[in-house]
Amino acid sequence: MKVVIDTGNYIAARAAMMAKPKVVAAYPITPQTTIVEGIAKYVENDELDAEYICVESEHSAMSACIGAAATGVRTFTATSSHGLLLMHEMLHWAALARLPIVMCNVNRAIGPGWNIWCDENDSIAQRDTGWLQFYCSSNQEVFDTVIQAYKIVENEKVLLPAMINLGGFILSHTSLPVRIPEQKEVDEFLPPYEPKWRLDVNHPITHGNIIFPDDYYKIRYNMQLAQDNSRKIIKEVAREWREKFGTYHGDLVEEYRCDDAELVILAMGAIGAEAKVAVDKIRKNGLKVGLLRIRAFRPFPEEEIIGMAKKCNKLLVIDRNISVGNEGALAGETRACLKDRVEDANVYGFIAGLGGKDVTYIDIEKMCKMVIDGKAGRVEWYGLG
Amino acid sequence: MAENSLIEICFHGRGGQGAVTAANILAAAALKDGNKGVQAFPFFGAERRGAPVRAFARIANEEINLRSEVYNPDIAIVLDEGILDIVDVVGSLKKDGVILINTEKKPGDFDFSKKFRVATVDATAIAIKHDILVGGIPVVNTPILGALPRILDRVTLKSIREIILERWGGETGEKNARATEDAYKSVEVNF
Repeated sequence: MKVVIDTGNYIAARAAMMAKPKVVAAYPITPQTTIVEGIAKYVENDELDAEYICVESEHSAMSACIGAAATGVRTFTATSSHGLLLMHEMLHWAALARLPIVMCNVNRAIGPGWNIWCDENDSIAQRDTGWLQFYCSSNQEVFDTVIQAYKIVENEKVLLPAMINLGGFILSHTSLPVRIPEQKEVDEFLPPYEPKWRLDVNHPITHGNIIFPDDYYKIRYNMQLAQDNSRKIIKEVAREWREKFGTYHGDLVEEYRCDDAELVILAMGAIGAEAKVAVDKIRKNGLKVGLLRIRAFRPFPEEEIIGMAKKCNKLLVIDRNISVGNEGALAGETRACLKDRVEDANVYGFIAGLGGKDVTYIDIEKMCKMVIDGKAGRVEWYGLG
Repeated sequence: MAENSLIEICFHGRGGQGAVTAANILAAAALKDGNKGVQAFPFFGAERRGAPVRAFARIANEEINLRSEVYNPDIAIVLDEGILDIVDVVGSLKKDGVILINTEKKPGDFDFSKKFRVATVDATAIAIKHDILVGGIPVVNTPILGALPRILDRVTLKSIREIILERWGGETGEKNARATEDAYKSVEVNF
C-alpha cells in the first residue's frame, strides 16, 4: 500500500490498469481525455498487457468493448457528455447482451450552449439502459469503485455493465491523495475474469439473434433480477474491500451523521463530499442535520432511502441534473419510492450546480436553512439569480 | 475539520506559466510533510496561453471534503506581477492573509502592503540565472515555490525539492531544485 497524489482521471486510469482489462477502446473528450491518455501510456510502456483500440467515435468505442467482452475478456472504456450520448444505442446493447463492461463517465454538461463543466444530465439520461451507475465523491472512491465494479459485474448473479461517474474537473482534474494497494493484492481481490460463455470460433454459438416476445420479455425480467441481485453483491464487495484494503465509502449509500438527524440531505457525486462540510457546520449551530450520500443510482437504493425516511421524515434532495418537465432525477425517484410506504415523508428537491455552477458548503447550508425555516417548496432552483 | 487547520492557497498566473503544476507540487510536498488532507486543482475553466488563470491548493490536518473553489485564500501567489493590474488579488484575500509576488520590487513598494502581509521574490531573475527556460521564456512556477516555506510552516523546502526531483529527473530537476533554494534565501517580507 502506498499513497499517491493524482487527479481523478489519472487515478481512474491507474485503477483500470490494475484491473488488467484485455481490451480498452476509447475516444477522447474533455474532461475525460486524460483517462484514455493515461491508459494509452500504460499500454505503450507495457505496464498493461491490453489491446488499445483507438476508435473513431464513442459509438464505436462501446461497440468494440461489446465485441471484445463477448469473446470473454475484461474490457474498459471512458467517456463524457456528448460521447456518452453518442454511445446510447450501444449502452442498451451491452446491458441486454449481459456483458460486464466497466466504464468511467466524467460528468459534463450537454450542449448547446457549449459547456465543459460538471453536470449529471449525461449519465442520468442513461438510467434506463440497464447499466449499474455509481457516483463518486473522492479520487479514492474512484479508484476503489473501478476495481470493485469488475468484481460486482462479473459475478454470475449480475452480469451487467457498470458506469462509474466522477465530476468533470471537480474530481477529474483535482489532485487528491489516494491509497494504492500492491498489484498482487488487487489480483487476489479480483481474479481473472471467467466468463460463463464466450464467442469462440471453435465452439460456434449464436448470440444476439432474433427473439420472440415471450423470450424477450424474460430477458428484460432477468435484467431486473440482476439489478436486484447486485444490491447484495455491492454490499459484499464493499465489505470485502474494507477488510482487505481499509478504505470504505459506504455501499449503495453512505450515511454521515444521520443517527439523530431531523433533516437529511440526499446528494450524489462530489456534492456529497461538500455536503459533509455543510453538515458539520450546521451541527455546530445545534441543528441536527445528516447526509445520505447516494453512491449507487442504479440499482436504486430504495430500501436505504425508505429506512432513512422512517427515521427522519425531512429529506432535502440535491440534484445536479434535471429531468426537464418533471424535476431532478434523484428527488423524483426518492418521492416515488416513498409514496405509500412512508407516511408524512417530506421531500424537498433542489436543483443546483447545473453546467458546473459551483455548489459550496455555504450554498448547502442555505438550502438546509430554507427547509428548516419552512421556506422551501417542492422543487427549488437554487441560485438561479 | 478544525477551521484553523485548513490553509487555502490561490495561484494567479497566465496560461502556460504552470500555475496548475505549482499547485500540484505544493500539494504533493505538503502530503510528504505529513499533512493528511491535501488538494490541488485548476480553476474550472478553459485555459488560454497568456490569459489570467488561477489554480488552487488546500492543506489540512485531516481529509478534505471541500470540492468547491477557493474564494478567500489564506495565501495568494502571483506568478506575473501584471496580473495585479487586471485581477483584484488582494480583494479576495483573508484578512490576515499573505500575498507572495514574483517581482523585482520590495514589499513596501506595493500600496496594499500597509494593509496586508506581503512577500516578494524575483522568481523571473532566479529562473534566468538557473537557465530554466521554455521556448526562451523563464519558468517561474518552481522557483516561487521555494519562497513558500518562509511564509507557511506546513510545508518544507526539503519536500518541495524532493517532489521536483521526483517529477523531473536529471539536470532539469537539479536546476529547478537549486532555483527553489535561491528563492527561499532571497524572499523579502514586510512582517
